[in-house]
Amino acid sequence: MTSAVSILPESQLASLTEAYRMAVRRKRLRALLSTALFLAALTLAAVGSEVNLRTLFTYFGNFVSYFDRILTLDDGTRIWTNFGEWFWGWQKWLKLLGETILISYVGTLAGAVLAFALNFLAAENTSPSPWLRFVVRRALEFARTVPGIVFALIFVIAFGLGPMAGVLAIAIHSTGALGKLFSEIVENADMKPVEGVRSTGASWPSCMRFAILPQVTAGYASYALLRFEINVREASVMGFVGAGGIGQELVVAIRKFYYSDVSAILVTIIVTVFLIDIATGWLRARLFGRGARA
Amino acid sequence: MTRLPSEATREMRERYPDVFDRPASSRLATPLVIIVALAVFIFGLVDLDFAPSRLIAGISQLGWITLMMLPPDPGSSLPAYLAALGETLSIALLGTTLAAIAALPVSLLAASNIVPSAIFRFPVRRFLDSIRGVDTLIWALVWINVVGLGPFAGVLAIAVADFGAFGKLFSEAIEAADRKEVEGIRASGGGKLHEIRFGLMPQVLPVIAGQVLYFIESNTRSATIIGIVGAGGIGLQLAEQIRVLEWQKVSFLILMILVAVAVIDWISNRLRFAIIGRRAIA
Repeated sequence: MTSAVSILPESQLASLTEAYRMAVRRKRLRALLSTALFLAALTLAAVGSEVNLRTLFTYFGNFVSYFDRILTLDDGTRIWTNFGEWFWGWQKWLKLLGETILISYVGTLAGAVLAFALNFLAAENTSPSPWLRFVVRRALEFARTVPGIVFALIFVIAFGLGPMAGVLAIAIHSTGALGKLFSEIVENADMKPVEGVRSTGASWPSCMRFAILPQVTAGYASYALLRFEINVREASVMGFVGAGGIGQELVVAIRKFYYSDVSAILVTIIVTVFLIDIATGWLRARLFGRGARA
Repeated sequence: MTRLPSEATREMRERYPDVFDRPASSRLATPLVIIVALAVFIFGLVDLDFAPSRLIAGISQLGWITLMMLPPDPGSSLPAYLAALGETLSIALLGTTLAAIAALPVSLLAASNIVPSAIFRFPVRRFLDSIRGVDTLIWALVWINVVGLGPFAGVLAIAVADFGAFGKLFSEAIEAADRKEVEGIRASGGGKLHEIRFGLMPQVLPVIAGQVLYFIESNTRSATIIGIVGAGGIGLQLAEQIRVLEWQKVSFLILMILVAVAVIDWISNRLRFAIIGRRAIA
């Protein structure tokens, strides 16, 4: 296929080329400026966070050999040569792992129930009054933004050491996170059923129950399961501040240099998280399947 | 409500048997799930020592703490807190940038359209997965063992933890890129590196930049936490003030964190919008 390419006269072309050059130059200048700005911010950050490359180079060998050490038993052999010795505390660890999962389960369920109670008030389309919506949204935002472990630190002082503080911290953080997600689902729900139910003279709670709830339950369950998955990770470090679970054992092992214990506990945590990821993934696929069919 | 005559209901029953006459198993499924969930919940409450007396005592204690938090007051340590906040932001920015720089080449190795052979891809992916499976706090503890207490350990912890996450996200972005531009480069005689640089990177970079910005935002939160185990930043101050029960300072620090997170949120949203907008124009 051939087509004639019309070449513009020299004078017109010159001005166009000039404009093109200007545009490219402006773009390059902008890229250069933002790169310089970014580098300046990085330098500032490096000074601020006491980056010391010499320390890193001197001790980087430690980082590599740390993994060598956690893969070695006390008698100098590799961990996989003697599983009984490596997982010597498996009964204690499994019990703590069970506690960790239980903490995240109870925390997630409590958080999901609270979020469920609040989300209709926070959603744009169902909230009974604008000021109530404002208050609920700010409260959820607060619960979401303050990290769970900060809540745990405070709750450990109020409720004493132990899993209770961890459960409550996870519950509050999950309320914030799930409340937002739930209310977004409600905002995407179809409002026609609500009009239908309201036209029969139903009250606000009945509208929510019979018009909104059937549309959103599958989404709720899916998000709650996802949250459970995240909370298992979160609960595994709650023990760092004394709020129960396997984190306590881990932090003691790391701080006291019980190297092979560190690797054993890390492996149990990673495997558990992995299994729970798979299980909830399967459950969510089933739920979404059912939601799509209904 | 008016009742339908039985004639009409019988007709409907026949027409929609799966609505009216569901088998017992499917009718019982929902209550059963609820009962099991509740039973586990109650078992959990008992097993985790949720005595009502403890709960009530704790809540009243919490009420006292909240009262003592008001009004938030930094005392004389405001400059120290501002410095700590700067440290936290530095940790987040530097850690995320290091992670992104390190993850970019590795993510190329984990993308199926760059490395077609699954034998090479598989170990890279599992490696990234296992890095991601370890929490940032644990990485912080490990790095404290290596480079000592302080914010530098925090930078390295965030860099390593995000390296795993970025490796996965970047390789997904690369796999989602359009083949045609790469083929165009190859058709005009470009080598493998040319394909990546001129065919792939222009498509992928805006996506990656968006993800990096989002991570800087979420790492501001993580960076506040890692101070609790001794890796520098505002978390260190927060944990200390909670331990010595200086509640007014605690509430001030929490407010500082909230404001900082909101500001970073706003900035990164603006930047992300600018990047995506530029792509839409180009």
